[in-house]
Amino acid sequence: MIRRILTRLGTSVLVLWGAVTVSFTALHLTPGNVVDVLIGSSVVTPEVRARIIADYGLDEPLVVQYATYLGRVLRGDLGRSYQLHEPVVSAIGAQLGPSLQLAGVSLLVAVVVSTTLAVLTARRRPWIRGLSSGLELVGVSIPTFWTAILLLTIFSFQLGWFPAVGADGPAALVLPVIAVALPITTLLTQMMREGLELVLEQPFVLTARTRGMSDLGVRLRHALRHVLVPTVTLIGWLVGLTVGAMVAVEQIFSRPGVGQLTLTAVGGKDLPIVMGVVLLTAVLYVVVNVVVDLLYLLIDPRLRGAA
Amino acid sequence: MSIPVVEVTDLHVSFPGVHAVRGVSLAVHPGECVAVVGESGSGKSVTARTLLGLTGEEATVTAGRLAIEGVDASGFRERQWRSIRGRVIGYVLQDALVSLDALRPVGREIAETLKLHRAAPRPEIPGRVLDLLTEVGVPEPTVRARQYPHELSGGLRQRALIASAIACGPRLLIADEPTTALDVTVQAQILRLLAERKQAGQALLLISHDLAVVAELADRILVMKDGVVVEDGPARRVLGAPEHAYTKSLLAAVPRPGNRTTVPGDVVIRAEGLVKAFKGRTAVDGVSFELRAGQTLGVVGESGSGKTTTARLVLGLLKPDRGTVEVDRRQTQVVYQDPLSSFDPRFSVRRIIDEALEVGGTPRHERRRRAVELLEQVGLDESVLDRRPLKLSGGQRQRVAIARALAPRPRVIVCDEPVSALDVSIQAQVLDLLTGLQAELGLAYLFISHHLGVVHHVSDHVLVLKDGRAVESGDVHQIFTAPADPYTRELLAAVPGGHHDQTDPSRRALPGREQHDRLVRPQVG
Repeated sequence: MIRRILTRLGTSVLVLWGAVTVSFTALHLTPGNVVDVLIGSSVVTPEVRARIIADYGLDEPLVVQYATYLGRVLRGDLGRSYQLHEPVVSAIGAQLGPSLQLAGVSLLVAVVVSTTLAVLTARRRPWIRGLSSGLELVGVSIPTFWTAILLLTIFSFQLGWFPAVGADGPAALVLPVIAVALPITTLLTQMMREGLELVLEQPFVLTARTRGMSDLGVRLRHALRHVLVPTVTLIGWLVGLTVGAMVAVEQIFSRPGVGQLTLTAVGGKDLPIVMGVVLLTAVLYVVVNVVVDLLYLLIDPRLRGAA
Repeated sequence: MSIPVVEVTDLHVSFPGVHAVRGVSLAVHPGECVAVVGESGSGKSVTARTLLGLTGEEATVTAGRLAIEGVDASGFRERQWRSIRGRVIGYVLQDALVSLDALRPVGREIAETLKLHRAAPRPEIPGRVLDLLTEVGVPEPTVRARQYPHELSGGLRQRALIASAIACGPRLLIADEPTTALDVTVQAQILRLLAERKQAGQALLLISHDLAVVAELADRILVMKDGVVVEDGPARRVLGAPEHAYTKSLLAAVPRPGNRTTVPGDVVIRAEGLVKAFKGRTAVDGVSFELRAGQTLGVVGESGSGKTTTARLVLGLLKPDRGTVEVDRRQTQVVYQDPLSSFDPRFSVRRIIDEALEVGGTPRHERRRRAVELLEQVGLDESVLDRRPLKLSGGQRQRVAIARALAPRPRVIVCDEPVSALDVSIQAQVLDLLTGLQAELGLAYLFISHHLGVVHHVSDHVLVLKDGRAVESGDVHQIFTAPADPYTRELLAAVPGGHHDQTDPSRRALPGREQHDRLVRPQVG
């Protein structure tokens, strides 16, 4: 099992290397002079221009540039944003906190709410299931930006319950979390309920009932764990969806965050920042997938022997 | 007379659209073993579940009287039922692989019953679990308790399941097909375990489709068909002098030695020194045999003995590591245990057969006529042509599978557990069909089964496999009457119903006709 985990970590390093290479290639394939691409839409003096060429070693052969770039990424140096006048790492670092907070709380809320809903509605009377799946269809159909705008209009502007702008305190987190968590919750609920309904048909569920266990007890203690493997897989995928949803939500609620930063960087053609965000996303993706794989082993003993 | 542990009279259970149980009455007294026998859909399992209040929300249950230990249970609420389940009545389902939670060590499953009924103080529970495992004959209980169902053998799993059902010392143990998924020697062990429970004074309610299984244990037998008890009486009387036609047909359907007089033709399969290993585990180890046209070679063995690997080697689905198979694969077809999974569920019967005819080179304009001809050969008619496999009964499906196998006019059919998934009376019909087709078309069968009765019934020669090796082979009569190898003797001794039994005279033999000639048709050629 240790070997399997090590292999998994080894392949993750490969994926990250691939991401670095792709972003390097993208930089050099972008039409126009690489220096202009790096500077983006800001205006710089010839001195700054010369410094950028020196910084990036743009007068060296491509192979040397690639090696230098790799070395710098390894040391945690993702370059400088010439528009923000600060290193990419510190620019992203400053925005990471609020984004992680929003994403983390949203995922947590989504998991708790959908687990509760799925456990309560699986194999219940048709109208309960119908109501729940109807609401889920609505939830999954509304685009996130629209949910965000609706929430903002009703609860901030009209009712004034929650602040409309910023990221100060828990109250400011409520509406953005709802907007981000809604589609994730509905997808998770649907999948978990269908999974639970299949599991509840299994003979071991009947066995547990014949021992005198209550219906809810069987759902929580036996059935739930059986749907965790697909659930964890789906959550792994949904992390990607969350990142996308956050770009819109951060913009609408004027929250600081990586989403905001990315949007501004893309708009201003601030390529060093964009490349930094791409790498960050790759790291996030790899970490989530490794965690998901390890969780499989924790959940299902049958998978442990397969190493 | 003592108060029955459970008593029910005039029980009716209906689900939307189905009246599953119609007026069943039964009682189980302490120390008594009652068996309910019937085929799938007869309502036997539903009856058993009613005794635990577990028929489900959709069911409507009415009864003249429903009493547990003399207390009227007809008005029980969920909470009261829960105090009965596991404490007063234990329930064992078939196939512990799916009846135990795969994600939990078996010890926790056993502990669960104890915890739910607070049958022991918490610190004592681990010790009680080990005691229970020892009681049901699980060796090394400390190790086993921490293992997961998939890490245990079929027999040990079933024992662990029984341990979880008897943990709180219930007055009655209901066993619903407790041995159906097991190999014959393991089945014998589990039946012995149940017999021990009975000797210890435990009341048993056995639910089974197999009269042979219950024959050894039951004091009283109820035969159910379509929700009605058609026969009810002391076991000896029901087995020895059945009154109802259905009971008689069930008894007659238990496969018995065939009285075969086939004429061997030329050799159609010759396998020599077959060896096949998977990842270092030798599945088939030096197996040789010969099969001649018009004859059947029965291959018997328990799971993991290499039966199916041998079949795949013959079919060319696997390449042997060593050894050779001489067989004309263009003239070889196969019939599997579960035709449903070997059919594309979206295909109609017409398309399933059409495809096989196309492969066999039948020209397009003849296919329709030939398809009808094939269906008639297997005892079906044109009306099934446009149906899909899901809409057919198990027996009809297997007939379609046989028709498909016959389509390219093969000389050899490999039958891999062809009747194992079927009810006993359907099983007899399909075996009838196979023997009839053999006589008519001069087919050779390589017949793989774990069921010794079935093999005895259809085979001319038998090959006994154990751990990939052929421990014995030869004439069917000789092997079944004078087995030379100790393993063959063990297999035969384990067959319930005892008609092969030479080791344990205390076992009750299944009565019936001495010579079973019903199934053999006159030979052609």
